[in-house]
Amino acid sequence: MANFTLNINGKKQEVDVDPSTPVLWVLRDHLNLVGTKYGCGIAQCGACTIHVDGNATRSCMLTVSSVGNQEITTIEGLSENGDHPVQKAWLEVDVPQCGYCQAGQIMSAAALLEKNPNPTDEEIEMAMNGNICRCGTYLRIRKAVKMAANS
Amino acid sequence: MTLVKTKIGRRAFIRNTGLASGGLVLGFNWLASCKMTPEQVNSLPKEWFDLNGFLKVGDNGLVTIMSPNPEIGQNVKTAMPMIIAEELDVAWKDVIVEQAPLNTDIFTRQLAGGSQSIRQGWESLRMAGATAKHMLKEAAAAAWQVPVAEITVKEGMLMHEGSGKSAGFGEMASAASKLEVPEEVELKDNNSFSIIGTDRKNVDGPKIVTGQPLFGLDVYKEGMLTAMIVHPPAFGMKFKSMNADSVKSMPGIKDVFHFEAYAEDTERQWSDGGAIPELVAIVGNSTWECMQAKKALQVEWEEDSKLESSSYHDEALAALLEKAPEQPARKDGDVEAAFKKAAKIVESTYTAPYLAHNTMEPMNFFAHVTPEKAELLGPIQTPEFLEKTLASRLGMPLEKIDIMMTRQGGGFGRRLYGTFGVEAAVISQKMNAPIKLVYTREDDMTQGTYRPAYKVKYKAGLDENGNLIAWHVRGAGTNDDLVFEDRFPAGAVDNYLAEKHALPTNVTTGAWRAPRSNFIAGAEQAFMDEVAEASGKDPIEFRLELFDRAINNPVGDPQKNDYDPARYAGVLKLVKEKSNWNGSGNGKARGVSAYYCHNSYVAQVLDLEDDGGDMPRVEKIWCAVDCGIVVNPLSAKNQVEGGMVDGIGHSTYSAMTFNDGVPNQSNFDRYRLIRNSEAPKAVETFFVDNGIDPTGLGEPSLPPVVGALANALYKAKGRRYYNQPFINDKPPLVG
Repeated sequence: MANFTLNINGKKQEVDVDPSTPVLWVLRDHLNLVGTKYGCGIAQCGACTIHVDGNATRSCMLTVSSVGNQEITTIEGLSENGDHPVQKAWLEVDVPQCGYCQAGQIMSAAALLEKNPNPTDEEIEMAMNGNICRCGTYLRIRKAVKMAANS
Repeated sequence: MTLVKTKIGRRAFIRNTGLASGGLVLGFNWLASCKMTPEQVNSLPKEWFDLNGFLKVGDNGLVTIMSPNPEIGQNVKTAMPMIIAEELDVAWKDVIVEQAPLNTDIFTRQLAGGSQSIRQGWESLRMAGATAKHMLKEAAAAAWQVPVAEITVKEGMLMHEGSGKSAGFGEMASAASKLEVPEEVELKDNNSFSIIGTDRKNVDGPKIVTGQPLFGLDVYKEGMLTAMIVHPPAFGMKFKSMNADSVKSMPGIKDVFHFEAYAEDTERQWSDGGAIPELVAIVGNSTWECMQAKKALQVEWEEDSKLESSSYHDEALAALLEKAPEQPARKDGDVEAAFKKAAKIVESTYTAPYLAHNTMEPMNFFAHVTPEKAELLGPIQTPEFLEKTLASRLGMPLEKIDIMMTRQGGGFGRRLYGTFGVEAAVISQKMNAPIKLVYTREDDMTQGTYRPAYKVKYKAGLDENGNLIAWHVRGAGTNDDLVFEDRFPAGAVDNYLAEKHALPTNVTTGAWRAPRSNFIAGAEQAFMDEVAEASGKDPIEFRLELFDRAINNPVGDPQKNDYDPARYAGVLKLVKEKSNWNGSGNGKARGVSAYYCHNSYVAQVLDLEDDGGDMPRVEKIWCAVDCGIVVNPLSAKNQVEGGMVDGIGHSTYSAMTFNDGVPNQSNFDRYRLIRNSEAPKAVETFFVDNGIDPTGLGEPSLPPVVGALANALYKAKGRRYYNQPFINDKPPLVG
């Protein structure tokens, strides 16, 4: 076990965990931030996507010891009142079915638009390809990303 | 208006059952722990009044509606309360929806499966709203000393025109809650619906997009331990021994033990079908610590029965297709005689592999079992069956077992089989502590309960005019006999023979979204396309001729046929019109398909964009659906689209295979699921507007799309695709 001070959603958070613990489980088991989801544990499905210094990152394979001072943003910290343009577009389009993958989808979409405010259809698909939606809401995901880009 | 007796589901109208305001829900205050906004807190009433088990009215007019059925992504948590709100005549903005716990005293069929929630809930949901409205009207009538028949209701307001009096529901709620439930109530006419048939957003949407705790895996309780299981690495193996000592001393690990999830005398329900009776449990403080211990633990397993490989399943299913079963499932006329005189014969065999459900949220459940009671909380499609099994396994009466459903990260049939709930309860009992059982993705994918592997052989005979005179289907599946003998084209062909076999295997299988239909629809509709081509007719016209036959001069007892040919033809005609079908495909590789299952009718036209690669992209699908009244078109379209993406994805990319009983795929690196850039570019969905009572939508769009895809692939590539996943269905190398 070791102490780590993490910068999460603009706040310093201290945890005492094994250095090999993935950030996903630090968030969920130790910090009560359960919006970031476990889906595969091997960075294949994207359910655990967070931002690390603004980059969409799979938190299930990111060890807590490798984070250092980098800024972590989770779905809970994406906006103060759930009103990030991507969140608003997600609600407007009524994207979710089961909803489990959607936090990861939203984090991938928000990171894409931060870097590329007007992505082409192809760029949207490529950026979102790392996030599996088992319910198959891909068409609405694309629509919501475009809506957010235009807002 | 329609008058209905409220006798049906009478128990639901016994008030003061403890629901919502009673102990059952208080025990699960985790669900209420989500932070509320100040506006929400301010708007909450000081007092709630139960009018029946489905709803309570606040003194300020807010209405809480309990959504009875498990929510797995099919959006019943929005649609079912919409039906209640419609008959209650409350404004939708004044409705708060809560998930109801399992309560068989109030609710019937709290089950997510078979696309039946809306269809089977329709009447009782409407009655729940209508009786409550009637009681509010009676309370107003008594207060104003006017006849109840003169009171009108709109958006939560009670009005009496003659006296000019009006009041909100909140003002009459207390008085209404003391009245008797009416013996008879009026239901609205379809044409006066103002909530049903309108787009309403997912009631959990705001919580989903902000990452608030909703799902089973999100359950955290004071003093809770995490538990994981280790199951045999192969089907056909069972536990022999282990040395857990070194693992028990690992950081954060509380215990490691071998246990019987199911005892020999446990009374099993059908939902326990895929149970692995003996497992190893690892219990610890956190998920990561349990995962580390799980990796380190060495367990010895022994062979219990045959270790099967996919090659065995394939050969055994093929062998079954070579022989007739003792009895046909259905026989009309004489196919053999008809084949002899047929001008043309078409014959094809179709196959599909096992599939895993792969809900994005792996199996999990919270359990706290004490000598006094068992409290369970988690994602389950069949809570009532879980409760019965728990009563037997734990030796507890049903009333001491409380089950609450969380929102569920997908179901697809997997959570019909609540063995994980039983495992969680037994582990909690043994640890004498609250625990959350968590499956890793690998546990989830290799545990079984798969969609069976299938093979089906079709043979059709055409006369010299291209008329279908004989149809023979012989199907086989692992643990499942596949063929629906009374579905189309039964009843539309003079000589018809349906035969089916099941191959027993120790690889456990279960219902997977649109069971059996998910394969046989695609096979049948691909074969139908081949037969239509051989007949020289347009594939839509060919099908419509058969439906005409089934309408005008059905073969056999029409009551026996499991479809309505007029509604079937209706969706085909609608999709033909909407897609501007002209047979040539408008320069695109275009396929058509239609199927009926789960009481709904779906037809699709699908265009591919062939860029010369292995698997052309779906450019567009036109989809026509007849599911009767569409409760919530916004989410209905989502279901239809998702079902088609699911059908295209699995038939194109996915397979679960075995080597000596060991699953070859255990995570998404080797098990391929469809991704964003592989999903159709565009979908348009059209609903038949016929006012018929609603049927389900969670499943029906999936099965036919596999046929539409196969038929379009034929147009794109010039060869038929018979074997799923299509991405691996390559022509044999020549030379």
